[in-house]
Amino acid sequence: MTETRTGGAPIVFGDDVNTDVIIPGRYLVSIDPAELGTHAFEPLGPQVQEHLRRSDVVVAGRNFGCGSAREQAASCLTGAGIKAVVAVSFSRVFFRNAINTGLIAVECPDAVAAIGEDSTVWVDPDAGVVEVDGKRFHFAPYPRGIKDILAAGGLIPYLMRRNA
Amino acid sequence: MTAKTFAQKALERASGETDLQPGQIVDAFPDLYMSHTASWRCIRTLEKMGVEELYDVDRIAMVMDHISPAQTAKTAADHQLCREFAAKMGVKHFFDVNAGIAHIVLMENGLVKPGQLIIGTDSHSTIYGALGAFGTGVGFSEITAAWVTGKLWMKVPQSIRVQVEGGLPAGTYPKDVMLRLIGDLGADGATYCSVEFGGSFTEAMSVSERMTFCNLAMEMGAKNAFVAPDQTTVDYLDAAGARDYEVMLPDPDAEYQRTVTVDGSSLTPQVAVPHTVDNVVGVDEVAGTKVNQVFIGSCANAKYDDLAIAAKVLAGHRVADGVRLIVTPASASVMAKAAADGIVSTLIEAGAMLTNPGCGACAGNGGAMADGEATFSTANRNFQGRMGSYDSKIYLGSPATAAATAIRGSIAHPAEVDG
Repeated sequence: MTETRTGGAPIVFGDDVNTDVIIPGRYLVSIDPAELGTHAFEPLGPQVQEHLRRSDVVVAGRNFGCGSAREQAASCLTGAGIKAVVAVSFSRVFFRNAINTGLIAVECPDAVAAIGEDSTVWVDPDAGVVEVDGKRFHFAPYPRGIKDILAAGGLIPYLMRRNA
Repeated sequence: MTAKTFAQKALERASGETDLQPGQIVDAFPDLYMSHTASWRCIRTLEKMGVEELYDVDRIAMVMDHISPAQTAKTAADHQLCREFAAKMGVKHFFDVNAGIAHIVLMENGLVKPGQLIIGTDSHSTIYGALGAFGTGVGFSEITAAWVTGKLWMKVPQSIRVQVEGGLPAGTYPKDVMLRLIGDLGADGATYCSVEFGGSFTEAMSVSERMTFCNLAMEMGAKNAFVAPDQTTVDYLDAAGARDYEVMLPDPDAEYQRTVTVDGSSLTPQVAVPHTVDNVVGVDEVAGTKVNQVFIGSCANAKYDDLAIAAKVLAGHRVADGVRLIVTPASASVMAKAAADGIVSTLIEAGAMLTNPGCGACAGNGGAMADGEATFSTANRNFQGRMGSYDSKIYLGSPATAAATAIRGSIAHPAEVDG
């Protein structure tokens, strides 16, 4: 069986983190994840940005990614080295954008409650498990269609693979 | 057969499936794919895919609204790419930098019809519910995918019914109703849900006011919003030249996740204070708060009636010293009508600066703030840094409250400056 889990160090946010804070509108002239990643969370200051770049998993409360439909809110996180987002809940457009850009996004309130700044967090989307410091929390696995898009690395690679 | 909500019916129509239940995932075929200034991202993505054959080019609508006119060589090149693509592919519904805000332009041009499914690269695509369509926001990759495949996956949402009853006190407007509702339900109060507006107040509203309702439903997380089409809708559609549509209504006994009732007669003007849209207080609680700028614009509140309301408050007054009043009409036709009716001169005489139609300061283009400044805005978002400095503040309210605030130089109840 192949290892599907990914993760590491978390950066923890609260409720209602909005798209304009994740990636300000002035940077939407770019679609390069790496370049966008350097501006992710810029409104919150350089300390948060440094912490982000040291982190592997974004952890958040309710309604993460609320606001704009900008796809870069998801791709900038990938560009900053983030491998997964674990939240109590997502705004629907952010969730779609995450899946469509190949970023794992799971809703797992119990895991979020257990995660501290020093935790180690692993996410296994296939098994439907978030592991926090060795303790396992379950979430409803993705439907088949979403799994396929994620496995391909996003919507566009998925369509290209199918058409090839 | 069980009774159905609007969302169930609209997604059944768009997917060809029957008896859909909330939570089911379907492949839906939208009637229209709207992309705004983000269109260049869709074109670059299409190039990456190496695909030239599109599903149905007549379902593509492009509007150059977020950065108009171009501010840099890069944005000019982005616009150029879109123009050339539209010409090459035969995109009929291409609107250039002079047209205005995508949502308003599409509705004015008869491209939004009852019962349709419309996706757009903009979260406020919920606004299409004002004409009884199912509008929802997506990222640019999904628009590109729809160009190619004609479809996207969608989950059938639960529905929330919002009954707005009664009349509003003087100085209080549909914007105030929505801000109060967002404040009460929260920024995720309707996440993943279809929001159907009804009640005597909703039924009495103009299409423009219904746009304000459906636009702002996004700020409580709605997937789409809806007002049942009636004669008011039909009249608007006739004038816009929309033909060949079928009105789709929810069944009277459809099941809702919850029903919320708002009594309009007890409302006062409301203000969303920094930095979230659900941080809402009555205007009296923040009256006197100094502002440096007032922005009357955006897809929420820069339509003809919004400008007329602002002009009525501003007539015979001057904008306070040191305050910048920016008015950005929602579309070219709004601007033309406001000019013909003398609204534009009233605004200019009061000290306003009129900009070209488009998203303008709401999208952070023109009207940026310096450190420590505050703007009172009729837009739909007050997120930190959205209008310039990360150390600036945005307050949201109605055009009437915005106009009164511009006169006073600090947040004010519209009644304060009347007469």
